[in-house]
Amino acid sequence: MVEKIISAGQRKEEDRVYSIVKTEQLTDTIYLMEVKAPRVAKNCLPGQFIIVRGSDDGERIPLTICDYNREEGTVTIVFQVVGAATEMMRNYKAGDAFADFVGPLGCHSELCDENIDDLKNKKILFVAGGVGTAPVYPQVKWLHENGVDADVIIGGRNKSLIILEDQMRTVAGNLYITTDDGSYGSKGVVTNEIQKLVDAGNKYDVCIAIGPMIMMKFVCKLTKELGIHTVVSLNPIMVDGTGMCGACRVTVGGEVKFACVDGPEFDGHLVDFDEAMKRQQIYKTAEGRAYLAAKEGDTHHGGCGNCGGDK
Amino acid sequence: MAIDVDVFKRVPVREQDASERAHNFEEVCYGYNAEEAMAEASRCIGCKNAPCMGGCPVSINIPGFIAKVKEGNFAEAFQIISESSALPAVCGRVCPQETQCEHRCIRGIKGEAVSIGKLERFVADWARENGIKPEPAKEKNGKRVAVIGSGPSGVTCAGDLAKMGYDVTIFEALHEPGGVLVYGIPEFRLPKEKVVKKEIENIKSLGVKIETNVVVGKSVTIDSLLEDEGFDAVFVGSGAGLPKFMGIPGENSNGVFSANEYLTRSNLMKAFDENSNTPIMHAKKVAVVGGGNVAMDAARTALRLGAETHIVYRRSEEELPARVEEVHHAKEEGIIFDLLTNPTEILADEKGWVCGIRCVKMELGEPDASGRRRPVVIPGSEFVMDVDAVIMSLGTSPNPLISSTTKGLDTNKWKCLVADEADGKTTKEGVYAGGDAVTGAATVILAMGAGKAAAKGIDEYIKSKN
Repeated sequence: MVEKIISAGQRKEEDRVYSIVKTEQLTDTIYLMEVKAPRVAKNCLPGQFIIVRGSDDGERIPLTICDYNREEGTVTIVFQVVGAATEMMRNYKAGDAFADFVGPLGCHSELCDENIDDLKNKKILFVAGGVGTAPVYPQVKWLHENGVDADVIIGGRNKSLIILEDQMRTVAGNLYITTDDGSYGSKGVVTNEIQKLVDAGNKYDVCIAIGPMIMMKFVCKLTKELGIHTVVSLNPIMVDGTGMCGACRVTVGGEVKFACVDGPEFDGHLVDFDEAMKRQQIYKTAEGRAYLAAKEGDTHHGGCGNCGGDK
Repeated sequence: MAIDVDVFKRVPVREQDASERAHNFEEVCYGYNAEEAMAEASRCIGCKNAPCMGGCPVSINIPGFIAKVKEGNFAEAFQIISESSALPAVCGRVCPQETQCEHRCIRGIKGEAVSIGKLERFVADWARENGIKPEPAKEKNGKRVAVIGSGPSGVTCAGDLAKMGYDVTIFEALHEPGGVLVYGIPEFRLPKEKVVKKEIENIKSLGVKIETNVVVGKSVTIDSLLEDEGFDAVFVGSGAGLPKFMGIPGENSNGVFSANEYLTRSNLMKAFDENSNTPIMHAKKVAVVGGGNVAMDAARTALRLGAETHIVYRRSEEELPARVEEVHHAKEEGIIFDLLTNPTEILADEKGWVCGIRCVKMELGEPDASGRRRPVVIPGSEFVMDVDAVIMSLGTSPNPLISSTTKGLDTNKWKCLVADEADGKTTKEGVYAGGDAVTGAATVILAMGAGKAAAKGIDEYIKSKN
C-alpha cells in the first residue's frame, strides 16, 4: 500500500509544476526539501507558511517556510513525519513533484515591518524547539541580512533532534543548544537556558518562540514573569489556509482569531494555550489510523486499538 | 407516446429511495430519461411573452429549448441553453427554480408549473453523455482577462468572455476548480466527477486556462496582474468564504465545526470515503445550527456519515431559508427538525470535547426589519440536548484577502465589494466583480447572472479603450 501511494508522487514530466530540486534528511524523521514554486518564492516573507499536497489524493499540509530563493523561484520546507501524508512525502526524491503547493499564506513576521534602525537597538532572542527551528531560521537570516544579529536557542529532546545548527550559526549572534537528556549542548529545556541568559545579565526586548505548543506555553509563562514581549507562531489544524474553514481558530486575548489569516504569529502572552492544545487532539486518532494503515499496509489489523480492523 | 400526460401535472421524476440514500453519497435525484423529458416538454405552451425567461437570472431561452426537447432534438436544445448558461447540468440540479422560472410559468396558474429545471438537467446530461460541447469563439481578439475564483460567477464570466474571443485565465485558490460547487455542495446533490468536472472541462474547451493554487492577495496581487502580467481587465468572483460563528461560550470546543469545514472535508477532500487521508469526525449525534441550504447540506452529510442529526433553528418552518425541496428531502431521510430553538452555550467535557448544547425555546413576535417575525425567548424554557458534535451554519461573508491588498477597491460595511449591478464595475479601473463577493452569500444562479453581466461590462470597457 505504501508502494502504491508513493507512485502517485512520480508524476509525468509535463505535470511537474512543483518539482523538488533538492532533498535532505535532517534526522530520522525530519526532512528538508527545496521546491520550485515561483509565485510563492517571489512574494513570501519570513513568518508565512505554505500548504502542500503530496499527491492528488493527499491531505493538505500546512508548513512554515524555512527559506526562499527569489531568483531560482524555490522555497524550502522542513517537515517531520507524523502521519500518512508526511510518511508518503519522505520518500520523494529530487526530480519528483508535489501535486500542489500554495502560498505564501498568513501574515509575515511583524519584524519585517519595523524600522531597521529601531531593530538594531533591540535585543532579540529566538527560541526554537525541534522542527520549529525551520521557521525560526528565515527570520534570523532576514535580520542578519539587515545588519541585526539575534541570539538563538535551539532545543530538542536529544542530539538527533537538533536541526539546522550550521545554517543557524552563520546568521545568528550567539547560538545556544540545549537537549533534554544532555546528549548535546546544555542539559535541560529551553526555559532553563532563557533563565540562565537573563540571570547572566542579558536584557531582551523581544522573544520569538516557535516549537511544540507545550514549549511555547512554558516559554510564555517564563517571559511573562520576566517581562519580555513574546511572539509565538501557531500551527493548528487547518484545511484551506485562507480563512474559509475556521478549523484553526484560536483564542487570543479573549478574541477568536483564525491562525491562517490573522496569524500564524500572535502575542504569546495572550494566547489560550490550553484550548489550543486541546484543539490539536481533534483528529489525532483518525490521523493515527490513516498513518498506521499506510505504514503497515495489508498487514494492518488494528493495533491502534481504535479502528476495529482486527475484528 | 407511451407516457400519459396530464397537462396539469408534472411527469414525476425518479429518486433514490430515502431509506437507502440516507446511507450513501450517490445522487438523490435520477432525473428524466428521454421519453419522460419529451412528455414533460409537451406540457409547455410556448408562451410568446415567455414570463419564465424573466425569472431566469441568465435569461435562458426557455420556451426555445423546451420546443427542441419536445421534438427530440436534444443537441439543438443544448446549444440554445449554452448561449446563456455555462453550467446547465449544475443549474438543473441546484437552482431554486420554484422561485424563479417555474414560479412564473403559466401552467402553474391552474396546475403544476412545467418542470423547467429537470428539463434543463436532462438536456445537459444528454449532451455530456453524447460528447457535445459548447462552440468556441471562431476568432481570438488578443486581449487578456484574469478571472479570480472558479466558482459559478467566475466560470460564467470566463466562458462568456472566451466565446467573445478573449484570452482568459482563471486563478483558483484551492487545488481543484469549481469553488462552492466542489467544496460546498455535497456529492449526493451535485456529483463532482460526473457533472462539475465535465462542465469545467467544457469551459476549458472554450480556451479558458485555469491556474490552481493561486491565492490572489497573497500569491499575486490584482495590481501585479494588471501591471506586470499584462491583463487588460480583472474579474473578481472570489465568493463569500468566511464562516460566521455565534459567539456563545464553548464554541471552540472540540467537535464544533463551521459548515464550511465539515463540508470541505467531505466534499473537496473526500473524507466521507474511508480511503481518504483527510479525516472527518464520525459523530453519534449532531446538532446543525441554522436553516439555510448549507445547513441542510451539512445535516444530510452528517446523517450519511452515521449520525442522528438535528437541525436547530430559531424561527419556525415557514421562515426556513432553505429550498422547500431540500427541507423535504432532509425530512424524508430522517433529519429531526428542532424549530423555534436557539443555542446559548456549548458544553464540553474535561478534555474539551462537546457533550451537549444548551438551548432555549423561542416564539415568534412582531416582524423585524427583514419582514420575518422576530423570534423571542420563552422565559424558563432552557434545556440541554446531548450531542457530541455541533455544526455552525449561520452564513458566510466575503474574504477580505483581496479587498485588503488592492488599493482603490472599495467595500461596504459587510466587507462586500462595491460593484455596479448592471455591469459589475468596481471602484477600481479595469476591475469588475460579481457573485457572493459582492452580494454576500446567495445562490449559484445569481452569481452566474452577475458573472454574465460583468463579462459584458468588461467587453465594453476593453473595447472603449482601443
